[in-house]
Amino acid sequence: MSDLEELPLAALHRGLGAKMVPFAGYEMPVQYTAGVMKEHLHTREAAGLFDVSHMGQVILRGADYATIAAAFESLVPVDAIGLKDGRQRYGFFTNEAGGILDDLMFANRGDHLFVVVNAACKAADIAHMTANLPGIKVEEITGRSLLALQGPAAEAALAKLAPEVAEMTFMDVRDVTLAGVTCWVSRSGYTGEDGYEISVPDAQAEELARALLADESVLPIGLGARDSLRLEAGLCLYGHDIDETTSPIEAGLIWAIQKARRAGGAREGGFPGAERILREIAEGPARKRVGLRPEGRAPMREGVALFADADSTETIGTITSGAFGPTLGAPMSMGYVPADMAAPGTALSGELRGKRAPLTVDSLPFVPANFKR
Amino acid sequence: MKYTEEHEWLNPEGDLIVVGITEHAATQLGDIVFVELPEVGTEVSKEDEVVVIESVKAASDILAPLDGEIVEVNEALADNPGAVNDDPMGEGWFFKIKPSDASQMEAYMSEQEYLDLIG
Repeated sequence: MSDLEELPLAALHRGLGAKMVPFAGYEMPVQYTAGVMKEHLHTREAAGLFDVSHMGQVILRGADYATIAAAFESLVPVDAIGLKDGRQRYGFFTNEAGGILDDLMFANRGDHLFVVVNAACKAADIAHMTANLPGIKVEEITGRSLLALQGPAAEAALAKLAPEVAEMTFMDVRDVTLAGVTCWVSRSGYTGEDGYEISVPDAQAEELARALLADESVLPIGLGARDSLRLEAGLCLYGHDIDETTSPIEAGLIWAIQKARRAGGAREGGFPGAERILREIAEGPARKRVGLRPEGRAPMREGVALFADADSTETIGTITSGAFGPTLGAPMSMGYVPADMAAPGTALSGELRGKRAPLTVDSLPFVPANFKR
Repeated sequence: MKYTEEHEWLNPEGDLIVVGITEHAATQLGDIVFVELPEVGTEVSKEDEVVVIESVKAASDILAPLDGEIVEVNEALADNPGAVNDDPMGEGWFFKIKPSDASQMEAYMSEQEYLDLIG
């Protein structure tokens, strides 16, 4: 074998017929026997179980939550101090140029702050936090798996094991006893569906996964459907739709920057790249991430060059993600275009296999979200 | 019936050859969402890219297995590309080619040779 890391649930995945592929240094299930299309549709209609244990789980400790959050705010343009106990928020680490180092979820867990970061970035993120959060203890959690249960039937399936999860609303976090052990559960996910993300000790991960899969509404879902689900939901994939060169404002993530951190807010600025990010909030960015709908059925994938029209030779942007949307029943893409071409309905042209093909700017998400607010 | 190393099947039908991909190939590609077929009347050379298959995973090219003229394409795949997954050896055929040199067929594998190849 190679130097790929194996997930604690690798044997379970293989037993379920998973096709395993290398992803971010891990052997990951890309699909099971049902295949990407059926797995995607099943998640939207019932429930899907995803193993996302490759992601980084980190706990920040300090004198109290407010102290930790104040330090954390020096790295993210997000209101962490104002986040209530038992609540989670989306955020991102920015760099001095106002680009995005990684996107993340963080939670106020009472006496500590819990962060989940992307697998490919986790070593850099931990180094970044360790170097730049003086007085804060940065603790990588290595003995826990991370499962996501997503879809309209997720609540009923998880509530069979722990009825109290039904009381949680979108972005709530709490400790829940599952498989006889304390799990850290949030009502969140990466599919646009209602659902939960569950941090479970490795020793109980298989028991919990099997208990969830025993529910007839739950199927195991691989990375392939995870990608088409998040793209239909209009969610960014780090390293593709956002990276060190894209600002959160260009990426359409202004909603994640609360008033407290904006101009005139209680804690205006004070994060890396604030100059660019606050300027772009005030003046608007030069380019914007948009949804794109190719005509016909041929997907336009990452890297496809965009043009103002079929005859133009000047590239105006590039597709950063693209696939066929099983629920949408059509191809869909995201990419960056100049701000004056970003309005929904704008007709553009993409170069696919040496030929120009029409596509239209569309609003995101492609498929409406189905959260329990 | 003959088979290529590119996982195409070639089925003689009168003086035409019907071309599709094998079940093995269809399974490997995953769910197929779009098939771009050549235009009827196109003259192709062996190893020209004639078909593009888009699956949920990626785009793949199918190469012309023979020199000749494309005389018919499977229009039904426009609305139902999944036929390539459901019935790759039947309803999921791609095109019919009129070979300019039928002896090119002889270079390709028998079913048993193909089955040995994919193991």
